[in-house]
Amino acid sequence: MFAFPGLERSLFDDLLRLQREMESLWGGTAIRAGAAGFPAVNVGTTAEAVDVYLFAPGVDPTTFDISLQNNVLTVAGERRVIREEGASYYRKERFDGEFRRVLTLPEDVDPDRVDASYSDGVLHIHVERKESSKPKQIKVN
Amino acid sequence: MSDKTELTTTQAREVQPAAEQKRVEQKVRPLVDIFEDDSGITVHADMPGVSRDRLNVKVEGDTLTIDGEVDIPMPEGMEPLYAESRITHYQRGFTLSPEMDVDKVEASLKNGVLTLRIPKREEHKPKKIEVKVA
Repeated sequence: MFAFPGLERSLFDDLLRLQREMESLWGGTAIRAGAAGFPAVNVGTTAEAVDVYLFAPGVDPTTFDISLQNNVLTVAGERRVIREEGASYYRKERFDGEFRRVLTLPEDVDPDRVDASYSDGVLHIHVERKESSKPKQIKVN
Repeated sequence: MSDKTELTTTQAREVQPAAEQKRVEQKVRPLVDIFEDDSGITVHADMPGVSRDRLNVKVEGDTLTIDGEVDIPMPEGMEPLYAESRITHYQRGFTLSPEMDVDKVEASLKNGVLTLRIPKREEHKPKKIEVKVA
């Protein structure tokens, strides 16, 4: 997944990951930025559409609030980790709380043709590009 | 003899970081919550994009390893525009104490979250002792 040629793991990835781990350690109490690290987002494009993937495991899919205004996509939701009372915790790394991600997509996306699906903890939002901006084949007579 | 032992230890130490680094590059440790209650240990691991048939949970000796490959169907010819996650493979190992019953480990995967339940052996579960009133 996203093993794109030419896009190798960089120091930036490690920093992002570190940031996410620290955010989850603090449980997002003081730092609302917890929402900036969860879920991680990947965006890919084809000539016909823009595909957005949000890595949001353990979320009740009915709680996703997805909206697209022009080319600004907003995904909000919450992930509640049920903590067991009286149990002793050795690790608490997972994100717990509300999140909101706002993404600016390419300008030619069509807000009327969007669909979203949730599978294996990955939310996939598929947005078609406007017809007028699709590449056209021009024949030479 | 003692010299040889010393050398072996040093070598092992030197070799380890390089091997460790290589592993980290390819396989990422999933984020986990781990807690223990009276009857056992529960592990929750975030492994988005891992389906049941690409998930492996195994116990070898006292080590429990979870391993999962990320596979998300994507349209052909897609080009990356932005990527925060380039994880293709999750792996993490845990050392179990002898009181855990490795034969009764239960695993379930739902919405990209792996749940492992590792019960304690019967003889290690706390027993309630009734106090009789004379």
